Amino acid sequence: MDTHHTTLLIIGGGPGGYVAAIRAAQLGIATTLVEGETLGGTCLNIGCIPSKALIHAADAYHQTRHFTGDSTLGIQVQGASIDVAQTVRWKDGIVARLTGGVSALLKKHGVKVVKGWAQIVDGKTVDVTLAKPETKPMRIQCEHLLLASGSVELGLPGMPFGGRVISSTQALSPAAVPAKLVVVGAGYIGLELGIVYRKLGADVTVVEAQSSILPLYDEELVKPVANSLRKLGVQVHLGYKVQGMNAAGDAVRVQDGTGHESELPADQVLVAIGRVPRTHGWGLEQLMLAMQGRALKVDDQCRTSMRNVWAIGDLTGEPMLAHRAMAQGEMVAEIIAGKRRHFAPTAIAAVCFTDPEIVTAGLSPKEAEKAGLDCIHAHFPFAANGRAMTLESLEGFVRVVARRDNHLIVGWQAVGAGVSELSTAFSHSLEMGATLEDVGGTIHAHPTLGEAVQEAALRALGHALHV
Amino acid sequence: MGIHAIKMPDIGEGIAEVELVAWHVQVGDMVAEDQILADVMTDKATVEIPSSVAGKVLSLGGVVGQVMAVGSEVIRIEVEGAGNVKEGAAAAPAASAAPASAAAAPPPVPTPAAQAKPDLPAPVAAPAKAAAASSAPARREGANGAITTHIRQPGDKPIASPSVRRQAWELGIELQFVPGSGPAGRISHADLEAYAARAAQGPVAAGAADQRYAQRNDEQAVPVIGLRRKIAQKMQDAKRRIPHFAYVEEIDVTELDALRAKLNARYGKERGRLTVLPFIMRALVLAVREFPQINARFDDDAGVVNRMGAVHLGIAAQSEAGLMVPVVRHAETRDLWSCAAEVARLAEAVRSGRATREELSGSSITITSLGALGGIVTTPVINHPEVAIVGVNRMVERPMIRNGMVVARQMMNLSSSFDHRVVDGMHAAEFIQLMRGYLETPATLFVD
Repeated sequence: MDTHHTTLLIIGGGPGGYVAAIRAAQLGIATTLVEGETLGGTCLNIGCIPSKALIHAADAYHQTRHFTGDSTLGIQVQGASIDVAQTVRWKDGIVARLTGGVSALLKKHGVKVVKGWAQIVDGKTVDVTLAKPETKPMRIQCEHLLLASGSVELGLPGMPFGGRVISSTQALSPAAVPAKLVVVGAGYIGLELGIVYRKLGADVTVVEAQSSILPLYDEELVKPVANSLRKLGVQVHLGYKVQGMNAAGDAVRVQDGTGHESELPADQVLVAIGRVPRTHGWGLEQLMLAMQGRALKVDDQCRTSMRNVWAIGDLTGEPMLAHRAMAQGEMVAEIIAGKRRHFAPTAIAAVCFTDPEIVTAGLSPKEAEKAGLDCIHAHFPFAANGRAMTLESLEGFVRVVARRDNHLIVGWQAVGAGVSELSTAFSHSLEMGATLEDVGGTIHAHPTLGEAVQEAALRALGHALHV
Repeated sequence: MGIHAIKMPDIGEGIAEVELVAWHVQVGDMVAEDQILADVMTDKATVEIPSSVAGKVLSLGGVVGQVMAVGSEVIRIEVEGAGNVKEGAAAAPAASAAPASAAAAPPPVPTPAAQAKPDLPAPVAAPAKAAAASSAPARREGANGAITTHIRQPGDKPIASPSVRRQAWELGIELQFVPGSGPAGRISHADLEAYAARAAQGPVAAGAADQRYAQRNDEQAVPVIGLRRKIAQKMQDAKRRIPHFAYVEEIDVTELDALRAKLNARYGKERGRLTVLPFIMRALVLAVREFPQINARFDDDAGVVNRMGAVHLGIAAQSEAGLMVPVVRHAETRDLWSCAAEVARLAEAVRSGRATREELSGSSITITSLGALGGIVTTPVINHPEVAIVGVNRMVERPMIRNGMVVARQMMNLSSSFDHRVVDGMHAAEFIQLMRGYLETPATLFVD
């Protein structure tokens, strides 16, 4: 077996792994990256990017169909149809451009990319089964091993993926739009895709075991999304347990809170109940690394319990966010290069690309209370924002949470059309340690949705101007 | 639940105001009855203010360094049952006055902005920045000059921008120990630089020798508060009010030193070893018998000199916090060993900060001695309202001429200052000559 030597070996070419590779190469570290599939990981191939592409296409189609009826804007369209196969081709084109871009970046920085599946031998040795079947496997020895294997979709016991039961991966490449789609799980993945399919014309029913959609967010934030689901005609069943497919395999058996059973007819069933770290099937177990639940345990420098074995991204658990993995990957590369770094962000913003969008950064009022902070909070509704009016999207608000004693901002939340772009301002103010006075005293351009950020801060201070 | 307010107690001797020098509790703390809440300083001593109740601290009545009147509110404590403050009076002036007075009163601790001195000619921006930065930590210094490391509430994360955090990691500095000057205690780059500069002043870093001749532009603002403020006031007062005159005489202490050695050899074990000081104390006690105007307190406001029968002998002593003058009371009743023992006891009390107000006040005349550091001549400052102070200089062997022969003698100077308003030069001279007589012929110390 051919043996290669490298300083840093990265397993996984997702956002965490490829960013770590680029940064390490920039710092002059000999770096090898092993990836069995296309570079870019879940995010670029079957996650963030393709889902946003489909969301955009579905929105455009939905808007166009809206113009075939009575339009307040005065736009009239005669008939609208969608060629989903073309939509998917367009989406695949974007994915190909981005993954190709990652490949080019790695090449430019001199990272050696090995296409194949890694199998850990020990903390410094990895065997790679190469993707091309005719080539012999190779062995790579390294000084530092960075684990960035990401996560996999969680299936439902008794309802394995296959046939009508699909995961988000398949849902992102539909051959056609099913007439009836049942979505299991009202988390952000289930709702984002459920809304896409609804806008593309499917009858969508969402089943959730908990008592609320988007259970991780508070009631106030979720309400505009619930309203929107109702308007779009998405059926939502809360407190329902999924029993499995019926005998005919054309409906989902469910049980409501009172124990009453029924069947939900389905041409396709999207199971989106979460993701779990990819810890099995590639020899990770035999390193006997310390775990935290289902994830690898790491410290604030992403060190595992084994010296010079590092782990980043989804493999290390929640929050499973690409931008977290990227920041961790960059940091690990710098630590290996001898710099002193820690992973100590004040906040990691999270966006839910439902219609309307939800963005959160830092602590919600409830979380702040739980953390023992004496906080004030205030929200500014988009109904009072001029730009929101011109965009026909009055639903939603921006909310700020700040300490009562010194007005340090500890959290931001927003719900509304296009609020994902506000995450920049939210994260920035949190990382810079801004107070309410700082944001309130910053001139925000008019007319923009961002004015609601300033106004929320002013309102918390007791002197909002436009509400 | 009621609110109990504790007022500044009357410490006695007509003291109308005291300076707050330390808090032992913070808002939100639970306190037990008799737990010490704060230290206050009178003219002389540090007094502890205990809690008369158990409960939770609601507000503090002042900031460290603040001068507070007797009877003013020290603290508010939430107690079980009815307190001594009416519920309606919750917005009592004292409670809200605490932060207000901290801002309005001459701040005991200057703000960095006030110290930055932007008008100073700065050749480049960096030194000016460094000066401003290095002054920032100074405001954290407590009464005793120690740095207060408690800069944010326990559990509070330090607030700093990502670039500051990164810089801190590079420097190996834990941000939780760095004082933040920004809004909500945010740590700026300047704060971090100041902290790093302070840390660098500690153990000399490797290669620091190369810095020996480096130009320095830093300055450190040390607030004059607590004991140092008292000393400053007393010294200023003494020099402003009293027209001092100094008188220096040399004393041949050869025989005295020989006697001392013999006494120590014979009695040292059981009675303790004697220094020269007890002999000087005894000589002074004997000398003031004939010069009652020198063992006196001059109340210059009333125009009365109170000549004291008792000799309450102030002994100037250096403590860690600064100069203090403990008092050997009724020195006229003490023999050499009693004087020595009392001086030793008081010195220890002063050093450990346990000296009481009584032990630090009421002297009628003062001796100041720096032992081996005593020098040739000093011009001591009179301990107002006394009228004389006797300074003891270094004892040293000198060639002297006796009967036409050069001989080696143990010589020692006495440098004294007198209040010329009430002590004439001739009397002062005669007084010192009398002391000299006692010391040069030590047997006379024991003749009555």
